Amino acid sequence: MGILDSKIPSGPLADKWTKHKNDINLVNPANKRNIDIIVVGTGLAGGAAAATLAELGYNVKTFCYQDSPRRAHSIAAQGGINAAKNYQGDGDSNYRLFYDTIKGGDYRSREANVYRLAEVSGNIIDQCVAQGVPFAREYGGMLDNRSFGGVLVSRTFYAKGQTGQQLLLGAYSAMNRQINRGKIQAFNRHEMMDLVLVDGKARGIIARNLVTGEIERHSAHAVVLATGGYGNVFFLSTNAMGSNVMAAWRAHRKGAFFANPCFTQIHPTCIPVSGDHQSKLTLMSESLRNDGRIWVPKKKEDAIAIREGKLKPTEIIEEDRDYYLERRYPAFGNLVPRDVASRAAKERCDAGFGVNKTGEAVFLDFASAIERYGKEKALTSGLKNPDKATITKLGEEVVEAKYGNLFQMYEKIVDQNPYKTPMMIYPAVHYTMGGLWVDYNLQTTIPGCYAAGEANFSDHGANRLGASALMQGLADGYFVLPYTIGDYLSKDIRTGAIPTDSPEFEEAEKQVRERMEKLMSGSGIHSVDYYHKKLGKIMWNKCGMARNEKELKEAIKEISALRKDFWENVKIPGSIDSKNQELEKAGRVADFLELGELFAKDALHRNESCGGHFREEYQTEEGEALRDDENFKYVAAWEYKGEPKDAELHKEDLVYENIELKTRSYK
Amino acid sequence: MKLYLKIWRQKDASSPGKIVDYTLDGVEGDMSFLEMLDILNEELVSKGEEPVEFDHDCREGICGTCSLQINGEPHGPDRLVTTCQLHMRKFNDGDTIVIEPFRAKAFPVIKDLIVDRSSFERIQQAGGYISVNTSGNTVDANSIPINKYDADEAMDAATCIGCGACVAACKNASAMLFTSAKVSQFALLPQGRIEATERVQNMVRQMDLEGFGNCTNTGACEIECPKGISLTNIARMNREYLSATLKG
Repeated sequence: MGILDSKIPSGPLADKWTKHKNDINLVNPANKRNIDIIVVGTGLAGGAAAATLAELGYNVKTFCYQDSPRRAHSIAAQGGINAAKNYQGDGDSNYRLFYDTIKGGDYRSREANVYRLAEVSGNIIDQCVAQGVPFAREYGGMLDNRSFGGVLVSRTFYAKGQTGQQLLLGAYSAMNRQINRGKIQAFNRHEMMDLVLVDGKARGIIARNLVTGEIERHSAHAVVLATGGYGNVFFLSTNAMGSNVMAAWRAHRKGAFFANPCFTQIHPTCIPVSGDHQSKLTLMSESLRNDGRIWVPKKKEDAIAIREGKLKPTEIIEEDRDYYLERRYPAFGNLVPRDVASRAAKERCDAGFGVNKTGEAVFLDFASAIERYGKEKALTSGLKNPDKATITKLGEEVVEAKYGNLFQMYEKIVDQNPYKTPMMIYPAVHYTMGGLWVDYNLQTTIPGCYAAGEANFSDHGANRLGASALMQGLADGYFVLPYTIGDYLSKDIRTGAIPTDSPEFEEAEKQVRERMEKLMSGSGIHSVDYYHKKLGKIMWNKCGMARNEKELKEAIKEISALRKDFWENVKIPGSIDSKNQELEKAGRVADFLELGELFAKDALHRNESCGGHFREEYQTEEGEALRDDENFKYVAAWEYKGEPKDAELHKEDLVYENIELKTRSYK
Repeated sequence: MKLYLKIWRQKDASSPGKIVDYTLDGVEGDMSFLEMLDILNEELVSKGEEPVEFDHDCREGICGTCSLQINGEPHGPDRLVTTCQLHMRKFNDGDTIVIEPFRAKAFPVIKDLIVDRSSFERIQQAGGYISVNTSGNTVDANSIPINKYDADEAMDAATCIGCGACVAACKNASAMLFTSAKVSQFALLPQGRIEATERVQNMVRQMDLEGFGNCTNTGACEIECPKGISLTNIARMNREYLSATLKG
């Protein structure tokens, strides 16, 4: 077991980033033209990094499996982006955003990184507005804000329920500007198959052209992985169908440590599973918890009647409803952090109060918000003594203006009108806080290999706060990585172009081919999805919202056996040398089958509950997470040693100099 | 329910394609259209046949990856949804469903139901941006107030997901709705006005180069658009284009 150096600059917290920027080496503009950088993934982090690096003068090649950078899954983020602008004058500051994020992450993130994130957050908003991102505004023309879980201020900027889309299109437009200038070469419908190391440094990738099936070699002086999270290891998640861990896992196998894989966010407000045919889950933005109240029936017989379709939720009177978040957490109410809200929903459903046919759903009710807004609107419109129908109508209009697209999406999927009857929601896998271990410069343990956005582990600890993923993706991409990478590249100004005919590229390409051939040679019994669904079930049942030693040990055994079965019996039609979606899926699932085991191993070793990681053995009498700072106040970074079971643990001790470690309380 | 599917199969861009018949049983109303195709593909794979390839990713109606011409309509019979959000409850037991790729000269077929929409990329690259550096050293976000009405209208235009349904719906395969949505978003914002003249000229030039047809105001694009992008944007682009031309 080794100790990891996070390379955090010395000095006071608030000065670290400025000091670091002053201290690091720069590459002069003429030399930047001789340096190539590969960026894999074109979401918020990758797209923003590619645009900024190209603008600085580097030659950038981007890779994405989608047919356009604009389709990266950042696009699906709904609710908003945090920034400590304090436009509302409600006492927000960089420090408060920093504090909320550390506390929200249950004290498992790095102080210096999180402070830097808070520090650059305001710049993100300035930047995006300059790029033409149409954020929501008030009538006076100023930017509007709303509130998200785990905080007591309104610091979330938004563009209706499509904030991720608008921010991604902003980054995409910045990329397009550089593509037009010839500074970015975009390789769409390409998948990174492996990382190539030369003399221990990341010097390129092997990519597969997904249209022709061709294997290509691409070299560079540094490689940036901005390939998102690995939530699809659960099969069902809010991630896109193609979201995968391949790039990160390939890097892990080449020496990049994988940090805190068990820190996964289960988002409390998703549309519940409807049947076995389900291919993915749909999120209902956390912003809905600003106005929606979460409840289940107080009486078990009512819950049963609802499940059987004999009782409608609107028929249950106020006294017979259990607004369990408001009951358990009066200070934060429906806006507790995601991990807390998810566990509370599971607790009620496990106790038999769940409300849809599967018994795994709770209500998210807008009736009181509709009434409140309706009364306010009637008042401001000069209506005296409006009747109930008018109030409801006015209130529904306000709610539609705020969340219209989400309500429409819900109605299309569930076939119920959420204005008239409460939504049904249940937690689902949404985001992964774990990822490639990076230092303060966002460099992995492989020199020249960087990780940004959700792909790295650094900023959210054991639980991410709402509207912080967009903030981190853009902060890493626009404002952090383009500068820190220069320090590394300053040593490469005399290197010249990296040749792709070296033995290292030769060997990497050979291995990629052999792996695909091996996949194709399976005996042909079960489809790729069969294995993916099986893996997902193990993960959800044994590594999901609540974990225990016994089941984690079972999960490790089961996943290992499933992996063996997969490699022997998977069935993939078609050929390697042409477009083949089954082969694409197979490569991704093969890596999930390794990651899943490491995930369980990590969860098993962490004998505490913190954030999204809840071990049943470690809880308070009230069922709250019981952290163990004495023994687990560290980042667990795993080194690849062959099979996942042999992975070696390295620790990075988390030092809190500016924040006092406390038990998280939202009561 | 039981469905009779007629699906376009095409090996690659250079091979000819044809409609192939499939019968699929056990489809439920709660399934999305793509989940229905998943089941078909699972059956095909188990028989050792190549599955039907189609583009899809987020499956929540926002990434714009999914396409499909379903019974002659882009994204099928429902309004304001993409194919991934179209549910089988919109169909009946015994229905015959014809599934084809989006058809347009500027969208060549790659395989089966997958088309190449890189022509859209090149239109965006020609001018779909504001030329501001991403260093973050810009003015404070609230230093230029923007009328809420304009900001909301810019947002409505900006919600285009670039799926190409407008092109597939149009008898001329015109990309006017797509191009005008981006032109409008920026034309409505003070930050975007600065380059408005060059932007509209460059984007329209590229649109024509890609082989998209002309607009004859039939309005099919607006009806089929899963995001409800308004024809007003085309009118605005025409105005922008005219004034740009007059400026020279």
